[in-house]
Amino acid sequence: MILARAVQASRRYGDVLALDRVDVEVRAGELVGLLGPNGAGKSTLMNLFVGLRRPTSGRVELFDGDPRDPASRRQIGVTPQETGLPGTLRVGEVVDFVSAHYPAPIPRDELLDRFGLADQARRQTGGLSGGQRRRLAVALAFVGRPRLVLLDEPTTGLDVEARHTLWEAIRAFHADGGTVLLSSHYLEEVEALANRVVVIGHGRVLADDTVDAIRAVVGVRRVSLVADDLPALPGVVRAERVDGRTHLLTTDADQLVRDLVTAGVSFSGLEVRPTSLEEAFLAITAEQQEPSGTAGGDGTRTGRPGGSPVAPRPAGADGTPTTAATGGRPTTA
Amino acid sequence: MQLALVHTRYQLLEIIRIPVAVVGSAFFPAAAMLFFVVPFAGKDPVGATYATAAMVTFSVMSSNIFQYGIGVAEDRDQPWNPYTRTLPAGPAPRFAGRVLAGLVLTYLSLIPVVVIGATLTAAEISLAAFLLAAATVAVVAVPFTLMGLAIGYSLPSKAAIVVAQVVFFPLAFGGGLLSAPDEAPGFIEVIAPYLPTRGAVELMWAAVGDYPVRPLSLVMLVVWVVVLAALAGWAYRRDEGRRFS
Repeated sequence: MILARAVQASRRYGDVLALDRVDVEVRAGELVGLLGPNGAGKSTLMNLFVGLRRPTSGRVELFDGDPRDPASRRQIGVTPQETGLPGTLRVGEVVDFVSAHYPAPIPRDELLDRFGLADQARRQTGGLSGGQRRRLAVALAFVGRPRLVLLDEPTTGLDVEARHTLWEAIRAFHADGGTVLLSSHYLEEVEALANRVVVIGHGRVLADDTVDAIRAVVGVRRVSLVADDLPALPGVVRAERVDGRTHLLTTDADQLVRDLVTAGVSFSGLEVRPTSLEEAFLAITAEQQEPSGTAGGDGTRTGRPGGSPVAPRPAGADGTPTTAATGGRPTTA
Repeated sequence: MQLALVHTRYQLLEIIRIPVAVVGSAFFPAAAMLFFVVPFAGKDPVGATYATAAMVTFSVMSSNIFQYGIGVAEDRDQPWNPYTRTLPAGPAPRFAGRVLAGLVLTYLSLIPVVVIGATLTAAEISLAAFLLAAATVAVVAVPFTLMGLAIGYSLPSKAAIVVAQVVFFPLAFGGGLLSAPDEAPGFIEVIAPYLPTRGAVELMWAAVGDYPVRPLSLVMLVVWVVVLAALAGWAYRRDEGRRFS
């Protein structure tokens, strides 16, 4: 059963295309991570799903209804930005206020206990620490016993311990049969929680696969060196030459270096660096979209490694990804 | 309906936790009572009653323009506001809650004026007239609520504060709230019937005494309500369209 669905959903803010023909489905029982750099369009997609915004074109559905219809939102839980809690209200009052909107909410004390806030019930939210506020914000998503919880960057700015407490709560909800859509720009967080990952970049779905498959692609490293002539090397995802340096993207940097050495090539200035998520995915999509072209000069080009588990979507037909500069929050934080 | 009351309760809680906000809206009318009404019209029962009614109108106007104009504009700045829109309820309960909370605060802000009128002046009123006046307050609050909403939904909070302050003083003077009935300076007598404050204060005077309401003031009050309702509705929809489309 599909709980939330975007079909060719686009969202434009003035001249900026924040989401470009996105197709995503969230099925019952899944824990889906929405991964991408800041400004990729994650928040915009979340806002479409919770009914805060309407797609410019395409369709978004929540429990087979329009997210903008309050009835469609009865079974979802959403988390406010932590800075958005009304500072003069007490913790317990904020919980009671949100509870009043649902037919069978979780009792206040039980909820606060689960999120380690039982001792704070009588404190005003303005007096809480950042971590406590964040926990309260996430707790609010669970008050109404939702079937689907949408968490937009739930742990941004949290220390390690607070992050793990939240992870536990999210896992427990999922173990009870709950469905979660969680956005993050931390690969670590998505790896720890999700069983499916949707990678978003420049407003597009770049990949939609299992965590393992995504990790294989995201684990791409950049090996750069100065060399006159390189033989064909196995495992190179992409190669280009910029300002006399050759950059090789590979999923296995160790093996590539061994191959370089055993091939007896003379090279200098060897560097191995991790690539960013965005870099890794854009490299791969760029290759798909212009199979014979070169992005940066006269680089040697080898094919993609055989049997890569990820099948990235082709980028736009015009070949130039449109940059999404805004995250699509309705208000400034 | 129950949700509307929930929203009312939390709106009030948020405001009452900052008592200065409540005191603020009651201060100016109370001070005006002490400085202008008590020394000048305090001895004459009819004059003092009319003057107290005018101050009540003044208080209704200022508390509504300020709490909606500034309150709504500030709420729009808060991320909490969009969060409440993800809860499974339409905009109606929150809106109804806001208006109900506003009415409660309006009545609260009237207490000092009424107490000063009753104890320090010769103003007198029958119980029936008092109840009629109390009901009239709710009617008189309508145009100023709409004016506040129009300001709050169309302007950012910093601009809303300025506009609310700029608007409310000319309305009070121009409508003749600070003069006895029909004894205001000539030019005010000319413009007053065209301001919403005049129709409002005439209704209050009619409730507490036997003041004959002028048809022109009443018609203009209705015109103001229609225009302000249209303006508030337009500002609300424009805001929704811009931020949530």
